[in-house]
Amino acid sequence: MSTEVKKEKSMIIQKEMIAGLFKDLASVKESGKKVVYTFIPGNLSELIRSFDMLPVYPEINALQSGMRKKSGEFIREAERHGHSEDVCTYVKCDVGMMIKGNIGPTGEKLPDPDLLLLSYTGCFTFMKWFETLERLYPGVPVALIQSPYQEDATITPEMTEYMVKQLKEEVIPKMEEVSGQKFDEEKLKGILKLSAEAEDWIVKIFDSTKHRPSPIDAYFAGVYYIGPINIGFRGTQEAVDYYKELYKEVQERIAKGLGPITPEGVMKEEKFRLVVEGPPNWTSFREFWKLFYDRGAVIVASSYTKVGGVYDYGFRHDSEHPLETLAEYCMNCYTNLNLPQRINLLEKCITEYHADGYLTNSIKSCNSFAAGQLMMMRELEERLEIPVGFIETDLVDPRYFSYSNIKNRLESFFEMLEQRLLIEQD
Amino acid sequence: MGIDLGSTTSKAVIINEKDEIIGRGITNTRANYKVAADIAKLEAIYDARFTLLTQKLEAEIAKKPEFKKYIADTRAVFQYLQFKHRVDRLTEELLKSASTMRTESKDLVVDHIRNIMDKIVPEIRNDFVEGDLATKNEFFRDIVSERYNREVELIDKELFESLLLAYDKSITPVENEMVKYDFEKLVYEALDILDEKYNGLAEESTAGESLGFDVELNLLKGNYKQAEDSLKQHIGDIARQEIHIANMVGTGYGRALLPFPDDCIKSEILCHAFGAHAVFPDTRTVLDIGGQDTKAIQVDSRGLVTSFHMNDRCAAGCGRYLGYIADEFNISLNELGPEALEADRETNICSTCTVFAGAEVRELLNVGEKRSNILAGLHKAIVMRAMSLLARSGGVRNEFTFTGGVARNQAVLKYVGQMVAESYGDDIVMNIHTDSIFMGALGGAMFARRNIEVDLPAKKRKAAKAV
Repeated sequence: MSTEVKKEKSMIIQKEMIAGLFKDLASVKESGKKVVYTFIPGNLSELIRSFDMLPVYPEINALQSGMRKKSGEFIREAERHGHSEDVCTYVKCDVGMMIKGNIGPTGEKLPDPDLLLLSYTGCFTFMKWFETLERLYPGVPVALIQSPYQEDATITPEMTEYMVKQLKEEVIPKMEEVSGQKFDEEKLKGILKLSAEAEDWIVKIFDSTKHRPSPIDAYFAGVYYIGPINIGFRGTQEAVDYYKELYKEVQERIAKGLGPITPEGVMKEEKFRLVVEGPPNWTSFREFWKLFYDRGAVIVASSYTKVGGVYDYGFRHDSEHPLETLAEYCMNCYTNLNLPQRINLLEKCITEYHADGYLTNSIKSCNSFAAGQLMMMRELEERLEIPVGFIETDLVDPRYFSYSNIKNRLESFFEMLEQRLLIEQD
Repeated sequence: MGIDLGSTTSKAVIINEKDEIIGRGITNTRANYKVAADIAKLEAIYDARFTLLTQKLEAEIAKKPEFKKYIADTRAVFQYLQFKHRVDRLTEELLKSASTMRTESKDLVVDHIRNIMDKIVPEIRNDFVEGDLATKNEFFRDIVSERYNREVELIDKELFESLLLAYDKSITPVENEMVKYDFEKLVYEALDILDEKYNGLAEESTAGESLGFDVELNLLKGNYKQAEDSLKQHIGDIARQEIHIANMVGTGYGRALLPFPDDCIKSEILCHAFGAHAVFPDTRTVLDIGGQDTKAIQVDSRGLVTSFHMNDRCAAGCGRYLGYIADEFNISLNELGPEALEADRETNICSTCTVFAGAEVRELLNVGEKRSNILAGLHKAIVMRAMSLLARSGGVRNEFTFTGGVARNQAVLKYVGQMVAESYGDDIVMNIHTDSIFMGALGGAMFARRNIEVDLPAKKRKAAKAV
């Protein structure tokens, strides 16, 4: 039996923010606002906002459909239209939803795009995805910004220059054309200031997992925490206020020695601290989380909460260099890091947050995450002698979430950790 | 005691205070985990009694090795008597379901069932008492099905469906029935049957016929009475001796269904690793191929699991794959390996799916490929899958222990050995144990035994809290 969990104030604020965004999207006909479809990794939210346009994130719609148990139907629809079984299920879910009338998570129809802004960061599928959208919405302009992959684990001045050139010559002119507004650098700078402020708060929030017990779960709850910053609110006062409130609540939890809030209630005893690599499964999100909750496993860091931006090494949007900072932000996204960089980042998380175990959630239909996961896991196992676990699920295809298999593997993993911890105590 | 409720077979193991296995029980799981656990448990207890009996007679066995044969025979007949009870029940059920059939040929079906059972039951008795059926670890269902189906095929095709329907309806309830036997009584009955057997032997040989090369038998026919007497001296004690199960741990897929406290339920990963490590203390990599999953486990010098990988998505690469193939070829599981070893080459089986492999096999047979070559190819295919799993889990480290029901298949062993040597060097020591199928249950039993010694996590925690 689940107990009704009292909602924290931050949860209510977030809910209102998102509802507001979808309401704005539903009423673009009246407001005349233009709509940009774009992706989370390397999203140019601030730029979109500076032109008073509204963003739509297809991945967010797909994951929302997954959580609302609609994705299976959408995926089947996309497959009927020729998408193969192995195509990314975010793509299929999104395409299926569009084919079936583009009814968004709030039950209202999402507006058609006025601009398809493809910020390409480390995921090849994004390109194919937008090629499909281009066919679904013929005549809609497409702007492509290609972020060079951090092959050599560094961002060179030439790379930044290349990105800025694309912004100036490709993205901004198209946005001006679609929105009918001139690019306003001062306005963008003001937005970027607020971005940096929100980013400071979010870093502090995720850093709270250093405490024992950890006051938050940095994966299952983490995906909610990154919501506002990732779905278009970065650079708004609302986002800053939300994170301030959230930070306050986290501090209160620390003071009271409380563990994370979960849908099943407050986690009672923190038995294991984990770092998780890979996106969560959305179709059985709550059951999935409960498997961890039941065993007292809290996630102290996850790579997935970094897909919308990696702030761990001090990057913040810099309002003094607006285009350069947008460029750098895009190139710094998790999926745009090379594998050794990802390993180093995960190592930092495991060490700083004192994780007992490292778990990989391999995603059947996601190449940009799944490729290299095993190698990364082996490397971390060797470097840190940390117990590792491996499970397989999918993003939003309910056919690939096998509850009993995952439960079985997780139980084995937790027992393995328990045995380890016991021996190490002795 | 450790109970490993696998998806295909359920195993129970009883160990003594030195972690030595003294009782083993195994049965097929089918639909009912609870019954399977009880049957395996009961069998393990009977087995333990026989072990104790053998131990009691140790001194005599040392002097007269042929006594060992006599005990083994007693055991075989004991098994037959257990079997007999169940098969009588099956006959009853068969006749019952046949007589409630709504077909015109009902009476004919009843007659046929009577005839079939009258034919196969004595045949099976012979296989138990004179042959080596008892040592083959075959399950009730398999023993009966093989012979029943064979007989049905000889009968008028029109009755085929009715006869199989009656069988399908009857076998599961009978199989899932818990039957408790009076150990002592059953042993005495077994001894009576053995009396007949050896008496017969003695007469035969006086009639001038040779018993061949079986030295033990030759010796026994002279002094089986003496062996019987010794056995009888102890049987009462052993039967009355309470086998006290100090603690139990359950593992395997069905473990959640066992009515055990949380502390006494362990994942099969830990149990297999622990069991394998106990039997072969230098084990660093464990490969377990079970009925419906394959596990690659890495352990450290203490037997602690450091990482593991499981194939729990697809039957290709698991024991069921072989079971399915055996069905396709209409041969028994035990015959697969030996026939595959007769191959002169391995046919390439590209299919990664169990069901489609079946189609591929039929196609290969049609184009005239030798059956043994196909079987060799199939065995190689399953091992290749296991190798890929091992690679994903971090490779093979020395020493390498291979466990699970499939480790009894000689052809699988051959390919595992070959491929491990090819990929990881031929200095890797590969361990196989005759009890490989019981490793999970053994690990469970060892956890159970250790739990008694207060190093149980929850007990510790409780103790800590109490302080």
